[in-house]
Amino acid sequence: MNSLAKLLEAALFASPRPIPTDELAALDAEASPAAVQSALDELREHYDVDGHAVELVDAGGGWQILTRPEYTEAIERAQMAQRPRRLSPAALETLALVAYRQPIGRTEIEEIRGVDVGSVLKSLHERGLIDVVGRSEALGRPLLYGTTSAFLEQFALRHLEELPRTDELAIALRVRESETLAEVIGTDEAS
Amino acid sequence: MTAGTPAAPSPFGAAGAAAGAGETGFVVDLPHYSGPLDLLLALIRDEKVDIYDIPVARICHQFIDRMHSLKLDEAADYLEMAARLLRIKAQMLLPRPDGEEAWEDPRTELVRRLLEYQQMREVVDVLERLGEDRRNRFARTFIPSSLTPVVHAPLALSLGELLAAVDRVLRHAQQPQIHDVISRPIDVDGFIEIVRAVIALRAVARFRDVVPPGAERWEVLSGLLALLELARRGELRLAQPRPFAAVEIRRELAGEAA
Repeated sequence: MNSLAKLLEAALFASPRPIPTDELAALDAEASPAAVQSALDELREHYDVDGHAVELVDAGGGWQILTRPEYTEAIERAQMAQRPRRLSPAALETLALVAYRQPIGRTEIEEIRGVDVGSVLKSLHERGLIDVVGRSEALGRPLLYGTTSAFLEQFALRHLEELPRTDELAIALRVRESETLAEVIGTDEAS
Repeated sequence: MTAGTPAAPSPFGAAGAAAGAGETGFVVDLPHYSGPLDLLLALIRDEKVDIYDIPVARICHQFIDRMHSLKLDEAADYLEMAARLLRIKAQMLLPRPDGEEAWEDPRTELVRRLLEYQQMREVVDVLERLGEDRRNRFARTFIPSSLTPVVHAPLALSLGELLAAVDRVLRHAQQPQIHDVISRPIDVDGFIEIVRAVIALRAVARFRDVVPPGAERWEVLSGLLALLELARRGELRLAQPRPFAAVEIRRELAGEAA
């Protein structure tokens, strides 16, 4: 490994949070962005190819060294680190809607999920996965929510565009036009 | 969400009877479904019916049955969906006007919501997979060194040293200070008599009629407790016409009669 890659490795090891590429570049004033990028590639390859128990991951707006999954159970059993709690189905549903439709208000989420989401929104907010990003122009100017960088980090996403696009999902997301839907349903043969 | 109030009449006839006696307590968590749409989708899947051509009557029945068996009878979200299904079922029964293009399938809106919901569930599956993947990998955690416990060397101490230390401490320890706690009587019974006397004279009294201004702390406390006690027994009624106004003490006629 070249010396820049080693410097980046040390910085990533010392940092408690993911470090974005431009911050890593600031470690060495001489290094060009391309050199930083290739040093990162070298470090990642070093971990992957030379048989390391950690890997270099680009998520949550920055680079991070993570342990590989096969060691998780042993580490957790020995109580050296603890996995974060799993999100409930209700929380995941709400989070999915916020991620795809942000900025989104509580009413719209409740319309789609068919249940009250007040407490779920609160706990997602407390976990730092969503945040208030503005207010709607609608009556009462309700709060609008969006996802945070902690969301990206907890789902190992570089950016929101890494989520599957809605047209890649099996069902078209917004079938708003009732005409189209009526055609699909085939009103004539309704029972 | 409560369940198990046995007397609640069921609007759903036979299905209500199926819920039967014997269920107890409280439904706090829903075991399988994260909402009425989830339950509805599960039924559509279980029954292998076409989402675009839902046999509303059958699904509606099953929905209500499932609601009862999960003791969701009083969960508003589920009740609302049940009502919606019944309405669609009723609309399907109505004769259609001859101009067939004017007829809109009453199921359209429901299908739209189901599709929307189902798509969200697909996203949930994606998120679940990604989240689980990330959960299984640990990042470096950073603990400021001031928070890490300092490890001390084992103590080297003989029994003699320990006893000498105890002796020193005992010699230096001052005589303990002993406080006498004097109990101040709170005379609730006495004040109950005073309050009764006051409201016997007047229909509406005030707190200062019971406890004169400048009264001692124990008198204020006793007066307050006496008022609360009498209000509890139903002998008087306490009311405050507006915030921060003086509290009105009124004789309770019903209480006297009882």
